[in-house]
Amino acid sequence: MNSETIMTVPHVNYKKPSSKLKVFRKIWDLKLGVIGGLILTGMLICAVAAPFVAPFNPYEQDIMKRLLPPSFLEGGSAEHLLGTDSVGRDTLSRIIYGTRISLTVGISAVLIQVVIGVFLGLFAGYYGGKTDSAISFMVNVMMGFPFILFAMSLVAVIGPSLQNIIFALGITGWPVFTRVTRVETIKIKESEFVLCAKTLAFGTMRILLKHILPNLLPTILVLGTVEIARAIIRESLLSFLGLGIQPPTPSWGMMLAEGRDYMLSEWWLAALPGFAIFLSALGINFLGDAIRDLVDPHMRKS
Amino acid sequence: MKAYIVRRLFQAIAVCLAISMISFFLLFLNSDPALLLLPPEAEIEDIQIFKKSMGLDRPVLIQYLDFLKKILLHGDFGNSFVSQTPALTLVMERIPATLNLSLLAVLLANALAIPMGIISAVKRYTVIDNLITFLALVGQAMPLYWFGIMLIIIFGVFLGWLPISGSDSFAHMILPSITLSAWLLPVNMRLVRSGMLDVLNQDYIRTARAKGLFERTVIIKHAFKNAMIPMVTVTGMQLSLLLGGAVVTETVFAWPGLGRLAVESIRMGDYPVVQAIVVFFALCVVIGNLLADILTAFIDPRIRLE
Repeated sequence: MNSETIMTVPHVNYKKPSSKLKVFRKIWDLKLGVIGGLILTGMLICAVAAPFVAPFNPYEQDIMKRLLPPSFLEGGSAEHLLGTDSVGRDTLSRIIYGTRISLTVGISAVLIQVVIGVFLGLFAGYYGGKTDSAISFMVNVMMGFPFILFAMSLVAVIGPSLQNIIFALGITGWPVFTRVTRVETIKIKESEFVLCAKTLAFGTMRILLKHILPNLLPTILVLGTVEIARAIIRESLLSFLGLGIQPPTPSWGMMLAEGRDYMLSEWWLAALPGFAIFLSALGINFLGDAIRDLVDPHMRKS
Repeated sequence: MKAYIVRRLFQAIAVCLAISMISFFLLFLNSDPALLLLPPEAEIEDIQIFKKSMGLDRPVLIQYLDFLKKILLHGDFGNSFVSQTPALTLVMERIPATLNLSLLAVLLANALAIPMGIISAVKRYTVIDNLITFLALVGQAMPLYWFGIMLIIIFGVFLGWLPISGSDSFAHMILPSITLSAWLLPVNMRLVRSGMLDVLNQDYIRTARAKGLFERTVIIKHAFKNAMIPMVTVTGMQLSLLLGGAVVTETVFAWPGLGRLAVESIRMGDYPVVQAIVVFFALCVVIGNLLADILTAFIDPRIRLE
C-alpha cells in the first residue's frame, strides 16, 4: 500500500501507525472477541439448559410477591436476584428462558437470509447481464422498504407466531447477503481457477458451489454473525410492538414492553430485559469483528 | 450525464411500482382480505356485500391496476377504516412532526459523527480511535427503543429534567431526537472514518502536504471534501434507516408522527393508511437515492465516465 511511501513526508507520523499501536489494537480486538465468545457461550448454555440454570419456573405466578425489586436495590430479596414482574414471575428466570426465543429466531432467520441471499448473489454475480439486472432490481426494491414496516405488516397479515416471525425476518433481511455475495462473485469469477474449471467443462452449479462458494464462506460467516445480532434486536422490536412472540412466552422484547408500563416506578422491569438484548447483540458483534480479523485481515472494519 | 439520469429515473419508477405492488399484494397473502378487514363474527352475506362494495370480488390484477390508477390520478389510497377520512390526508397531517424530529436528529448525529470520524481516522489506532470505534460498536448493538426508554427513566423520571412524551414544546423534542440520532451516529461515524482513511492514502494528500500546507488545511479542505463523496451516496440509503428509526422512536415517545401512525394502523388493520405510508416511505427513499446518485455523479466526474 502507499501508506509506506507517505512516510517520507515529515510530521505525519500518524499515517503509518507504529507497529506497537497496531499490536495493541490487535490484542484489544482479540480480547473483545473472547468476551463476545463468552457472552454467546453463556447464552447458548442458558438456552439449552434453561430448566437447570433458571432458579424458578418462568411461567409461575405469585401474586404475593409481585413487583419485587432486584436484590441489589433496597427492598430486594436474595431469592429473586432480578426481582419479579407484575404478576410475581421471576425476572431472572424469564430472561434466561428468553435466550431460547432470541437465539432460535436469530439463527433461523439468518439461515433463511443466507440461503436466499447467497444464491441470488451467486447467480447475479456469475451470470451478469439480465440476471444481474433482475436480481439487483429486487435488492433495490427490498432496500426501498423500511424493514420494520415490511416485517410488521407481514406479521400483522400472517399472524404473530414463532415461525411467522422467523419467516418475516428471513424474507426481509436477505438483500445484505446478496449484495456482498454478488460483488465477491464478480471478483472471483475471473480468477484462473474458475477459468480452469470452465475449461474442464464443469457444470455451472459445480463451479458456483464447489469453486466459488467456498471462497466466500469467510465473508458470509462474518456477515452472518453480525446479522444474528441484528435479527435478535429486530425480533425483540417486533415483540415490543406487540407483533412478535405472544404472552406468556418469555421474550425479551415483550418483557420490555410489559416493563414499560411500570417505568415510572419499577424502572428495572424495562431496563433489565433491554440490557439482556443489548449485551447479547454486543457480544455477537464483538465475536463477528474478531472473526473478521482472524479470517481476513484485509477486510478489517474501517 | 443525461442518459445516466434518465436511466436512474426509470429504475426509480420501476422500484416504486414494485413496492406499491408488494404493499398491495401483502393483503392477499392471507388468502382473503375481506376476512382480515371485517370483524371475525361477520355473517357470510355481510362478507359478500362488503366484497362487492369494495370491489374485492374482481380479479386481483384488475384490483391492483385500479388501486394504482386511483393513487396516480387522484392520490387516493381509499379512506381509513378507522376514522373514515382519506388515508392520504392522515399521512400528510403527520409529516411535519416526523420531519422536525428527523431533521433535528440528522443535525445532531452529524454534528457528532463528522468530527468523531475525522479524529478517529487521523489518529488511527491510537487510544482515542479505539475509544471512538468501541463506542460505535456499542452504539450499534444498542436496541433503539431500549435506549429511548433508558433516557426516559434517567432524564424524565429520576432527574425530572425533561418531559417524557407528547409534542407540545421544544423540550419534548430533545429526548426523541437524541434517541433517533443515537441510531444514526455509529453508522455515520464509521462512514466518515472509512471515507477519510481511503482519502488520506491518496497521492493528492501527499502533494498537499508537500506543498507545505497546514495539517488542518490538508485534513479539512483536501481530505474531508473528497471523503464526503461516498457519504452523499450513502445518505440517500440512510433515509430508509432514518424512517425505520422514526417508527420506533415515535412509538416510544408517543410522538405524533408518521411512524406512530404506521404502528397504530398496522395494529388496527387499517390497510389503506398502511399502504399510503408504505408508498410514501418508499417514494422518500427512492427519490433520496436518486438525488444522491445524481449529486454524486455531478460532484465526482469519475463516476460519470463509467
